[in-house]
Amino acid sequence: MDTSSRDRIRAHARPFQWLWQYASPQRFYPVAGRLVPYCLASALLLVLVGLYVGFFVAPTDHQQGDAYRIIFVHVPAAWLSMLIYVVMAFWAGLGWVLNTRLSSMMARALAPTGALFTFLALWTGGLWGKPTWGAWWVWDARLTSDLILLFLYIGFMALQAATDDPRRGDKAGAVLALVGVVNVPIIYFSVQWWNTLHQGASISFKAAPTMGSTMLLGMLLCALGFWAYAIGVALMRLRNIVLEREGESDWVQGLPEVAVKKEPV
Amino acid sequence: MNGQSWAQFFAMGGYGLYVWGSVLVVLISVAAELLDVVSRRRVILKFLKGQA
Repeated sequence: MDTSSRDRIRAHARPFQWLWQYASPQRFYPVAGRLVPYCLASALLLVLVGLYVGFFVAPTDHQQGDAYRIIFVHVPAAWLSMLIYVVMAFWAGLGWVLNTRLSSMMARALAPTGALFTFLALWTGGLWGKPTWGAWWVWDARLTSDLILLFLYIGFMALQAATDDPRRGDKAGAVLALVGVVNVPIIYFSVQWWNTLHQGASISFKAAPTMGSTMLLGMLLCALGFWAYAIGVALMRLRNIVLEREGESDWVQGLPEVAVKKEPV
Repeated sequence: MNGQSWAQFFAMGGYGLYVWGSVLVVLISVAAELLDVVSRRRVILKFLKGQA
């Protein structure tokens, strides 16, 4: 069989053939490297403008005073903590089902950033809770389910770290990540399902926003900026993981950043 | 900041500790994460170069 007809058969067997080529760590490593600066630059720009709008344009809240301005970092961090978890579980599951090792590496690359944003959501939440509720922490449904999210991230990372065989670790991590996904809707809807001290959702798809438009703008800009940052830093970590796992292979040894320059004699 | 002084701005109507305690920890965490990822890359590349 000649190569072209073999390619045609392969294209039939795998839809989105053009996409599959990026499932190869070798192909994606340089692509990720090119994306990182754009992600980080747009993150910086969006967060700077978002914080400017949040701190210099948005008015003081008539109920919470200036304490509400924590929202500009708290809500973006909390959204990302949930979003990253879903994306992480998606890649972990994909790597398990399709046996694409790059997908599993992406899941590993996302976990520390997701854990960090979960920690930040809890930290900024505590600093917001103290002046408005009078307590750093309460065991209400929103806060408790978010703490469970942090433990899920830590469990995922610990499981990966404890498993010597990387592909076995990937599979075990995928099971944990996918089971843990049930926690995400619990966090999101906890403020509706239970009577919580935590205020309701800041943004609803059904109703007109209850917050001022400049407050909303600042929060959305910061959220987009955090999002861009998370993508950028996860891609950087993905490149590290690729180098760690594929360090023995010829293509890594041939990379310009790895190959030792021969001094001219 | 709507025509107030910098001192008033940093005071955040008495909530300065909470507001800046949130913003600063977010910025420090992000900087630390970036530093960690970059230094990890340096370590890996140094190791890979030593192998070749």
